[in-house]
Amino acid sequence: MADVVATHETIVVVGGGISGMTAAVEAAETGKNVILLERTPSLGGRVNQLYKYFPKLCHPTCGMEINLRRLRANKRIKVLTLAEVSKVEGRAGDYKISVTLHPRYVNDHCTACGACGAAVSAEIPNPFNYGMSRMKAAYLPSLMAYPQRYVIDPSILGTPDAEKAKEACKYGAVDLDMKAEELTLSAGAVVWATGWRPYDAGKIQPYGYDRFDNVITSVEFERLSDPRGPTGGRIVRPSDGKEAKNVAFIQCAGSRDRNHLKHCSRICCMASLKQTTYMRERFGDEAQSTVYYIDIRAIDRFEDFYQKVQADSTVRFVKSKVANITEDEVTGDVILHGVDTEGYHRYDNRHDLCVLAVGMEPSVDVRTIADVAVDASGFIEMGATDGGLFGAGCATNALDVNRSVQSATASVLRAVQVVNRVAKAEG
Amino acid sequence: MGDINTAMTEQYRNDFLKEVEANVEEGQWVKMCMQCGVCSGSCPLGPAWEHPPQEIFMMIRAGRRDEVLKSESMWMCTSCYNCIVRCPRELPITHIMHGLANYAHRLGLAPKMNPTRRFAKMFWKNLTKSGRVNEIQLSVGLYFMDGFKTGVARAWAMKDIGLGMLKTGRLNPLGFVNHKGCKDKNGIHKMLKKAREIEDRRKGFAA
Repeated sequence: MADVVATHETIVVVGGGISGMTAAVEAAETGKNVILLERTPSLGGRVNQLYKYFPKLCHPTCGMEINLRRLRANKRIKVLTLAEVSKVEGRAGDYKISVTLHPRYVNDHCTACGACGAAVSAEIPNPFNYGMSRMKAAYLPSLMAYPQRYVIDPSILGTPDAEKAKEACKYGAVDLDMKAEELTLSAGAVVWATGWRPYDAGKIQPYGYDRFDNVITSVEFERLSDPRGPTGGRIVRPSDGKEAKNVAFIQCAGSRDRNHLKHCSRICCMASLKQTTYMRERFGDEAQSTVYYIDIRAIDRFEDFYQKVQADSTVRFVKSKVANITEDEVTGDVILHGVDTEGYHRYDNRHDLCVLAVGMEPSVDVRTIADVAVDASGFIEMGATDGGLFGAGCATNALDVNRSVQSATASVLRAVQVVNRVAKAEG
Repeated sequence: MGDINTAMTEQYRNDFLKEVEANVEEGQWVKMCMQCGVCSGSCPLGPAWEHPPQEIFMMIRAGRRDEVLKSESMWMCTSCYNCIVRCPRELPITHIMHGLANYAHRLGLAPKMNPTRRFAKMFWKNLTKSGRVNEIQLSVGLYFMDGFKTGVARAWAMKDIGLGMLKTGRLNPLGFVNHKGCKDKNGIHKMLKKAREIEDRRKGFAA
């Protein structure tokens, strides 16, 4: 990767999700040189894995397309995928960033024709669908993947499958001899936008995510609802493929809980309210959504969205944190047990499917990589120091798409100030 | 006892929460409850409670002093600790329930015939007498708590277990009379008396 030129006036953006992409284009559009690093084979991040995002219920493809257009049109942005940052050292104006470039085994001759995928027979779990489906070991990460290039999974190296993929490629794009590369990048400022990951629902023992097929997470429900998802958009139960018309949503699954995540993950209430609209979209009046909540926190100015959902006769709200879930072994139904707070009525409610609105936690422990202050949950604190590393998006807090983009733009403004100072000093 | 009740009612007029915070073991946690209900749902005896813990906390904050202190509810707690383990705010719910029961008992408001209260008293008397529990006296006391006839029926129902314990040397009928207390019985009594004095002073109970 000799063509990566980085100077003290470069801004390195770590993470290619909605926050990182925004940061990169915003910085480049002010005339700064940007290197955008993404650990996975494609930009887009978790927003790209949603069916729709609130409040306007847009499809993420739309926002992706706009951002990719801005990104491609700007010569000041260099995108490196499969790039993992292991160390950030230095200070404002003079950072050294150690990066490992993992091999894709496919070079830039790739036209995404799909011949290698057709030739290969080995299958691996598809991370884009949170492992709910399997895909060929030579794959395009998603339809909106950027770069639009296939990836060969390292698990088939040395097997006949790898050779088949190589033979199938008419363009000589499959390069099985690719090796990992170590890079050290210079930068004046760093924007850290590594985002979030869903809290491990298996740790919430009473809800049985690890034991019951029909207890799933909210991010998995997004994939179920998406026509591009593992079921082609059919909302069905994992246990038997039966349509899930009676769905329970459990709020604060892991969040606001000193045994799990101490913070409020902020987006989950709106996410579940949004998902009740998927139910109505699929099943009309036959849909039955029940939201179990401590209190609904429709963040920002989204109270009207909450009111709209409340007015929907297919949606019921139960003010109660569910105590535990059991499974009817014969039917596969899930039974939610608890006591509600409006009258203290004990309930044992049967549902086809239960969706845990899991909380957000930082996707990486940034302290192992860079010298930066984090809060009790591991999110980057907006420091009062004169450093040049700035958190953006969900690396700094549990944020929705709108606020992530705001946060990214705000961080870029600080990063731009740092490199401007450097430029002035260097004359 | 009635006098303490009057004094406390005067002192904490219309602020039962403050009264609980000052006098009930772990009472300062009550205000931290966010009414999620996971304690009530997790209680294995939950359906038997008139007011589950979450409701008790709300009643305390609503100042429903008499209803709380005269309630049988907190006497239902068997200390399984499910609620403490699951409480998202780590409230020591089990301890608060015992604290409330104990406070109600000290004020003379606890339901007189509540079986848990009666057994707790019996256990305390048995234990403190010699510094060591006389198990056979305690069991017999428990069986015959509600009269001779029910006592015989209860003992009869347990006869197989009793005989089994006898055979394996886990039960000594002579222990009923020939009970070995602890070495320094008087020392224990002194300690308990002192502890009681300290508690009374700390909580402002008249001696």
